[in-house]
Amino acid sequence: MDYKALGLVAGIEIHQQLDTKEKLFCHCPTCLREVEEHSGEFFRYLRATESEMGEIDRAAKEEMKRDRKFLYYTYDTTCLVENDEEPPAPLNDEALAVCLTIGKMFGMTAIPQVHVMRKLVIDGSNTSGFQRTALVAVKGALPNGGEIETICLEEEAAQRVKDDHFSLDRLGIPLIEITTSPCMHTPEEVQKVAEYIGMVLRSTGKVKRGIGTIRQDVNISIASGARVEIKGVQELDLIADVVKREVRRQQTLLAIRDELRTRNASVAHATSQDVTGIFKETKSTVLKKAKRISAITLKGFAGLVGRELQPGRRLGSEMSDYAKKCGVGGIFHTDELPAYGVTAEEVAVLRSHMCAEEQDCVILVSSANEKQAACALNQVIIRAGMALSDTPVPEETRKMLEEGSTAYMRPLPGAARMYPETDVLPVVIGKDRWDAVVVPELLKHKAGRYAKDYGIDLNYALQLAASDKLPLFERAVREKIKPKLAAFTLLSAVTELRREGVEMRAVTDESYLAVWHAVEDGRAAKEAIPALLRGIAGGSTVEAALAELAPAVSRAELETVVRKIIAARSDFVKEKGKAALGPLMGLVMEEVRGSVDGKLVSEVLRKEIDAAVAGK
Amino acid sequence: MNSGDLVSCEYGGKTHKGIFITSRDGMAVVKLSSGYNIGVPPVSCTCIESPVPTPPRTREVNKTAGLPDLSIISTGGTIASRIDYRTGSVSSQFDASDILTAIPELAQIANYRTLPLAAILSENMTPVIWQELARAIYAEIKNGAKGIIVTHGTDTMAYSAAAISFMIDTPIPIIFVGSQRSADRPSSDNAMNAVCAAAAATSDLGEVAVVMHATTNDDTCAIHRGTRVRKMHTSRRDAFQSMGLPAIGSVAFPSQAVTLAPGAVRRGTDALAIHDTLEPHCALLQFYPGMSPDILRAYECYKGLVLSGTGLGHVSTLLIPAIRELVAAGTLVVMTSQCMHGRVCDRVYDTGRDLLNAGVIEGGDMLPEVALVKLMWVLGNEKDPAKAAAMMATDLKGELNRRSAHGL
Repeated sequence: MDYKALGLVAGIEIHQQLDTKEKLFCHCPTCLREVEEHSGEFFRYLRATESEMGEIDRAAKEEMKRDRKFLYYTYDTTCLVENDEEPPAPLNDEALAVCLTIGKMFGMTAIPQVHVMRKLVIDGSNTSGFQRTALVAVKGALPNGGEIETICLEEEAAQRVKDDHFSLDRLGIPLIEITTSPCMHTPEEVQKVAEYIGMVLRSTGKVKRGIGTIRQDVNISIASGARVEIKGVQELDLIADVVKREVRRQQTLLAIRDELRTRNASVAHATSQDVTGIFKETKSTVLKKAKRISAITLKGFAGLVGRELQPGRRLGSEMSDYAKKCGVGGIFHTDELPAYGVTAEEVAVLRSHMCAEEQDCVILVSSANEKQAACALNQVIIRAGMALSDTPVPEETRKMLEEGSTAYMRPLPGAARMYPETDVLPVVIGKDRWDAVVVPELLKHKAGRYAKDYGIDLNYALQLAASDKLPLFERAVREKIKPKLAAFTLLSAVTELRREGVEMRAVTDESYLAVWHAVEDGRAAKEAIPALLRGIAGGSTVEAALAELAPAVSRAELETVVRKIIAARSDFVKEKGKAALGPLMGLVMEEVRGSVDGKLVSEVLRKEIDAAVAGK
Repeated sequence: MNSGDLVSCEYGGKTHKGIFITSRDGMAVVKLSSGYNIGVPPVSCTCIESPVPTPPRTREVNKTAGLPDLSIISTGGTIASRIDYRTGSVSSQFDASDILTAIPELAQIANYRTLPLAAILSENMTPVIWQELARAIYAEIKNGAKGIIVTHGTDTMAYSAAAISFMIDTPIPIIFVGSQRSADRPSSDNAMNAVCAAAAATSDLGEVAVVMHATTNDDTCAIHRGTRVRKMHTSRRDAFQSMGLPAIGSVAFPSQAVTLAPGAVRRGTDALAIHDTLEPHCALLQFYPGMSPDILRAYECYKGLVLSGTGLGHVSTLLIPAIRELVAAGTLVVMTSQCMHGRVCDRVYDTGRDLLNAGVIEGGDMLPEVALVKLMWVLGNEKDPAKAAAMMATDLKGELNRRSAHGL
């Protein structure tokens, strides 16, 4: 597909958690907890307030459609600030320093006086009803010629446990938000830029690692389409696919609009009717449970409501997303019926009751009461009206589903959702502070250096630079451990042990270093490293593991072992000659339990094989 | 540049358009179109245009037939706050009608007359404003109000509630309400507290009370007697606690169901009366180890002094001569305890007996600050020292329990 011809324009926002000691606005640690560990809970309601400009944000208004009660879990690692029961502490200076470092790495300009703002978020993920955020730096450069527009320092939101239950451990962890200009024009370019920014962030050594610690939001539009923001793409590999699928969605919506117009489709006279009676005897479990079933007819929509926009997503899914804001479970439409227990006869009665002609589509909603049904169908009419308007792609914030399709979340927020966080004083970033910011070496440069100086394969070096064990590797090198030995352990041995199910987090940096020193001093063979680490992970001390798994073996002892093994297999050795070396090597290593260097074993073995063969 | 001007700022190699908010510490604070505020050197900004001032919105409140009439008297505080662009801090600016606009549910409970009495932070409250408040409440009740809501900053709300308790005999509920978390935040407790206050003000209650969150959850508000309530936390929603007495009632949220304790004074029990004289020359002094007698002597021209003593109601023996001098010069000295819970008894230890001999009056289980407010009222209304002293030892408005209940 020629994305440039389609007018694809994309920008990204990257949210990365920072690995600071304390949270952004309180002195709690930045550690995540298991939900079962929660020490208490409380619940609240949220309501939107007027901003300083005297208006309620449209995204906030959308959330208010539902009367929602939010439950929060507290921990012994959270405090009254997370509970929104205490004013915030001053902005965490360590987090600000990381932002300044990253800003300088992108060649940005710091804001002289940083002001913390309150960004309205009333989906419950912030106990206060707003997220604190501050603009820290502007205008940086990307390798593709694009621009980093802004860097903001924000507080992380609470983690949704289920429905309207939230866990407060994550709330307040510092988060850097990096926003690019809409400077990308192909799906692959978007992915590349995201990867580059991720690499720069990790180069600071001050960002959190692991699933959920980095999230990408992608802004996408095509010519005649509209800007759509897709939230929370966690897997980097999916970004290109997400972009491709959104392009397809926008193209299809444009095509549907054209067809609707040819058909003279209209929502002007769509009025809701009570059709509960039609489904009195229904086999559909959803409809059977419904207190009230209502329907509307969409003139000229038949076949188009069911048209696929993205894998697994139809125009009907979009309408359903809108209707769900009123608290209903979703909608049915006649493009997909009969199905789900609804019979052809029921559909026929419904269509005739709703005066639906062949080109019309009937939408059904099952709800708790008349008010909810009216709200949901009104939402469907609004969304259907958009589909045939001049802007058939609504400006929206969407959430990513598995595999890269998306669902509607809320309208794009406007600027009205911000107002000053008056409880936090502004922070001045003077010239002295900015000048003193040290720019760390980029990981890709670091990897190149490792490859060149240490003779580590470049792919290995890149993996190492990206690994969270990088600081340990650098320390090992400083302590004169052979870089290849450390790299082999951290990349190859550790990965294999982890695959075996060994709990590698139990092995401290100090233990790794002790093992390496033992190898360097000849007290253990390189081959013993996996066994030693397994023992240490299982609770043994380094010394005990060394004593048990790598007892010192003298050359004389080794020769005895080798002779014994050769003697037991003399026929085999005589037959194979030098070729017996390989098969016997493993046997010897097993016997000496890896406590002798492989090179020495092979040397002794070769000599003894020669002797045995010569002696025949 | 003036607040609200559209400006263009050259910064970081880019032009940023925004709205000038204020000057702060030598920087121009500009709200960008993205919504963010930044502080940049003023020289980098130029004014593009000044806004046409928009006329203030008129707020109409429609009356609903059949609902009781309540009066909302606003004094300021966090139940009604807005952002101050000059300092960037939260200050009290809304009047009572703004509260109705912000909390539409109130309109389903009652019809309201709104009366902006003051717009102050409650630490700036004075006995003179208490008196103005008492007169305003009296007028509203005379005028037919079926309940009064006083919106108040939380810091000194308990003092004001106590003052009104003593100054007014009321047949209807007079409810003090505020919020602990600023009203500009979606999570503010202002709306729920106000709704519960309105429910309490239309209930069968007939006394002065404080209605605030009972727990950190948005589920219940407690109704506290105005003379037995104290702010016990700096920031939590459930900061207000009844002391030495259980709360006299509760309001469930969102059902608005009001439950009153058997001991709560019922509507119509007392006839309306006002006694709004206060003696301003009264003070409250907290004793601490090593306190100099000179501090006591500084109060020599005061008509009344409440001591917040240690334990059962003690101060250092070294202070007793100074106390004797004060009493001899005509100052009424009342002893309370900084323990907050429990009753003073100056008959157990020698120091206590010496204090009684010096002329100190035992304040029973009165809260120190309530004793202060009561002393102002008693000395304002009773000139005879012996009678005044007797009144201090008598329960007037539920401030002094005759019995100390177990478990409180």
